[in-house]
Amino acid sequence: MSTAVEGHSPVGGPFVTRPMLVLLALTGMAGLLIVQRFAFGLGATTAMNDGYPWGLWIAFDVVTGTAFGCGGFAMALLVYIVNRGAYHPLVRPAILTSALGYSIAGVSVLLDLGRPWLAWKIPVFVWEWNLHSQLLEVALCIMAYCVVQWIELSPAFLESAKASPWPWLQWLGGALLPLVNKSLLLVIALGMVLPTMHQSSLGALLLLSGPRLHPLWNTILLPLLFLISCIAMGFGAVVLETSLSSRYLHRNSHTDTLAGIGFWMVPIIGGYLWIRVADLWMRGQLAALFAMDVFSVMSLLELGLFALSAAMMSTHKLRSHPQTLFRAAMLCMLAGTLYRFDVFLVAFQPGEHWAYFPSVNEILISVGLVAGEIAAYILLVKTFPILAGRASAATAH
Amino acid sequence: MGISRRTALKTLIAAGGASLASAATAHAAGAEAKLKCAHCHAPPDAVGLLYDSTRCIGCKACMVACNKANDLPPDTRLSDGRWQMPTDLNEYTKNIIKVYQDPDTGESAFIKRQCMHCIDPACTNACMLGALKKRERGIVTYDADLCVGCRYCAMACPFNIPKFEWEKLASKIVKCELCNHRIAEGKRPACTEVCPTAAVVYGTRHELLDEARARLAAEPDRYVPKVYGETDAGGTQVLYLSHVDFTKLGLPDIGEDSVPEPVRAVQQAVYRGFIAPVVLYAVLASVAIRNRRHPHLPENDAGGGGNAGTRNKESRS
Amino acid sequence: MPVDKFEFDYAGETIGEHLVRCGVSRRRFLELCLKIAVAAPAGLTLTSKVHAAELAREIARARRPSVIWLHFQDCTGCSETLLRASEPDLAELILHLISLDYHETLMAASGADAEAARHAAMKENAGKYVLVCEGSIPLAQDGTYLTLAGKTGIDTLKEAASTAAAIIAIGSCASWGGVPSSGHNPTGAVGVHDIIQAKPVINLPGCPPNPYNLLATVLEYAIAGKLPAVDALKRPLFAYDRVIHDHCPRRAHFDNGRFARSFGDEGHRQGWCLYHLGCKGPVTHASCSWRHFNEVVDCWPIGIGAPCYGCTEKEVAFRVPMFETVQPQTVTPPGTYAPIATNQGHVSPIATGVAGAITGALVAAGFMASRKIVTDEPSAKTPKKE
Repeated sequence: MSTAVEGHSPVGGPFVTRPMLVLLALTGMAGLLIVQRFAFGLGATTAMNDGYPWGLWIAFDVVTGTAFGCGGFAMALLVYIVNRGAYHPLVRPAILTSALGYSIAGVSVLLDLGRPWLAWKIPVFVWEWNLHSQLLEVALCIMAYCVVQWIELSPAFLESAKASPWPWLQWLGGALLPLVNKSLLLVIALGMVLPTMHQSSLGALLLLSGPRLHPLWNTILLPLLFLISCIAMGFGAVVLETSLSSRYLHRNSHTDTLAGIGFWMVPIIGGYLWIRVADLWMRGQLAALFAMDVFSVMSLLELGLFALSAAMMSTHKLRSHPQTLFRAAMLCMLAGTLYRFDVFLVAFQPGEHWAYFPSVNEILISVGLVAGEIAAYILLVKTFPILAGRASAATAH
Repeated sequence: MGISRRTALKTLIAAGGASLASAATAHAAGAEAKLKCAHCHAPPDAVGLLYDSTRCIGCKACMVACNKANDLPPDTRLSDGRWQMPTDLNEYTKNIIKVYQDPDTGESAFIKRQCMHCIDPACTNACMLGALKKRERGIVTYDADLCVGCRYCAMACPFNIPKFEWEKLASKIVKCELCNHRIAEGKRPACTEVCPTAAVVYGTRHELLDEARARLAAEPDRYVPKVYGETDAGGTQVLYLSHVDFTKLGLPDIGEDSVPEPVRAVQQAVYRGFIAPVVLYAVLASVAIRNRRHPHLPENDAGGGGNAGTRNKESRS
Repeated sequence: MPVDKFEFDYAGETIGEHLVRCGVSRRRFLELCLKIAVAAPAGLTLTSKVHAAELAREIARARRPSVIWLHFQDCTGCSETLLRASEPDLAELILHLISLDYHETLMAASGADAEAARHAAMKENAGKYVLVCEGSIPLAQDGTYLTLAGKTGIDTLKEAASTAAAIIAIGSCASWGGVPSSGHNPTGAVGVHDIIQAKPVINLPGCPPNPYNLLATVLEYAIAGKLPAVDALKRPLFAYDRVIHDHCPRRAHFDNGRFARSFGDEGHRQGWCLYHLGCKGPVTHASCSWRHFNEVVDCWPIGIGAPCYGCTEKEVAFRVPMFETVQPQTVTPPGTYAPIATNQGHVSPIATGVAGAITGALVAAGFMASRKIVTDEPSAKTPKKE
């Protein structure tokens, strides 16, 4: 049945496919390990310790995961602020990725907290709020943003409801959809302010660890760098998911539109690189950058990956070649991930006698959560009108 | 009216330049602000400890007394249950005696480590709901009912003091609270009560600083000429005197700025009065609404393509 | 010939009067008091006196308490331990400080005479005598495992306890059952306080106990008229308030990790800690570590290199195997120190491998996927701009 509205339509097709089974198996494995985490405690199941109180789940699931989920933010900026309506079809799937990404980040936070059953106090205990705490700001913003993203996505569900055979669902869709649509721009604006705040605050978190942060990363510009790189990563995520959806879910590949996104990524990455290097120069850290120790190599790797990514999108010809664009987007994501890992785990130096590497359990839980996110993505795009267009003729079979 | 790509690019570059310029200013201003630490005044009734490493004989009675006073089981994990043998502060150890030994010179000294009760602590700045807070007498105390176990305090503390209960299921943060429960009863912190040589003593910060300076003046050859904690990290309420360099004893050289100062500077600059986010929201919302009335159509742009172009008229969200 | 009535011609006389009557010189009495002051443990009323002269005055004023000593399922070791005291010696104790009115091993009488003596003493000093019990009391088979003069041990005990002022259970057998109660306890052996609850009972466990613990308890009663403070198991705190481990001369060796690992090895010869040979010092409350036996220094088990087996403790002695190590109850730091920085946290090679594999797999998968990304529409090629 067709619920295609304004160029979005469910993908349809069977839910249970081989890839889905693999994803669900990974998610199930993570579920079991999560039970273990709660049964035996963090010390028994993770490798985090007093020197490294934050580990993989914060550095990857929360900090990097939310950056991956900045597709909604980036696309909103592009479509609604820079006013590029051509990209509009890619907004809804980007918001889905965003909503799922932030939801998984929320789950990861609950796993990582030592006393998660008190987490409800964070938004409720207003009188106890420590307004100086960056983490409070991050927590509240992420909670709010997660809700906002699902609200922004709700038209997809409401459209489906309106077109469903059940009368009460039809009524629900019919009643709520106009309401949501009317206020959506105000919600979308919120969906741009909130990530501006918390993505930069994620960077500012480690400013408080200043004395223990390696000088190659310890800069007052951490918030700015996190913000800029997250926008680039958001675009990169959109390129990746659109390309993969087109290939595996038989949708249009939007080659030209994606090429346009690549076009916007270049100055953003360029800006990031410029600010990063200029900051290192102004703080006298250029020598350290080339010292060829672990820190210098990691920094150079970050910069190199970003630069390579931008280079691979620097000309129209390159951008229009979907495979090159896809790889460039991958490199951008990798670079951004590396930057965040570096700030939270490599630059953070509690002392030479401390060591940390995530345990197998931590890694597998993260993998399983991501698998669950992908599985949810697939389920949702198959059911609801999220992806743009209809199945493309060339790839349908 | 749409923004042309060229204009947008120029704006981005300009914005980047502006932010860099402001960053440069921030660096300069930051250096200026460092000299005046607005938050580094100890509360008038601030209490603390003075530990004189030259008087310590390493008997560790303070470790035993601390565990007893705080109802903590001894850390016997490394000794098969036989000795209280922590290698560092941890969830069972709020106070530890460590030894520094130089294999070449034979120079050695004991050091007692516990919470420094900073005047402007990083941990209290970090804590979301104020579980860690400077309460009476400037003592940094912990309220488990407000703690979600996020461990940001552990990430923030430059002395690596707050420890997490990794082995428990309802994990709390563990650190010295200056025996405030005993002080409330008119007693002294347990470690100071059992110390046989008065190597660690309790008093108001004022008294302790006076005492420390008096000792430095009376026996200058006995000590490194500095009271650690007088200005370090903006000043701490736990003070140290030593014969060897403090860095050798594990007390970091982190300068005189309080740790949260740069963070507060950023917050003030960006979020003062919450004006900036509200203004940003207003700007973004109005731009978005205006853009909807004047959508940028691909035909207007010297470029285009893509099958999305035909739907612009209906493009909403 | 049977004697049906005994006259105790020193009834009511104080120790001072008694000593005068026996011709003990003041000097000898002061020497005795000095010995008591040295021998008796601190924390008692009598040892709160500063000078021997003060102590002498107190003792002289006191009355010799009548002591009735009953034996039950015993080995007489507790009486033997008393014989090994020499400062003051047993003679001084029983002749000058107490009136030992009944003691099967030491008294001259036997048989019916002995029984008559006991009843007479009990009647004469009813409500005032101290009953000392040595040996456990069997309960099985209605107590017939111990029958003396036609009465079971239980009945004898109850009868003697009924008119006693206080009861001292000397030795582990009388305190909680001792050796006869080990294993399956075929005779149902129990301590005195398991039978007598109505009177104050002081337990002086040990196998054998230190004789000065008895001396101090009796003298405290005689001079101050009260029994010493006890713990939950009715053991006097002055002797049983700490475990051997907390007052052991070899504790420094324990704290510094110097252990004898087998009998006769280097550590054993050096007098190192016997913890790994199964010493039960960490869980045994007794005074042996600071009040040795026979007034010879180091004349106690650990002192001669034999690990303590916990003879005072019901849960330890004859139950926990001799050479099994025990967990110290209170744990203190060792003689070593934590360095300024200790390596903590570790990088698991398996986790590194897994992480590497996953990252590699993802990158490879991404690359492979990228090769399959195709464009499905011929790109409406417009030059250069977007």
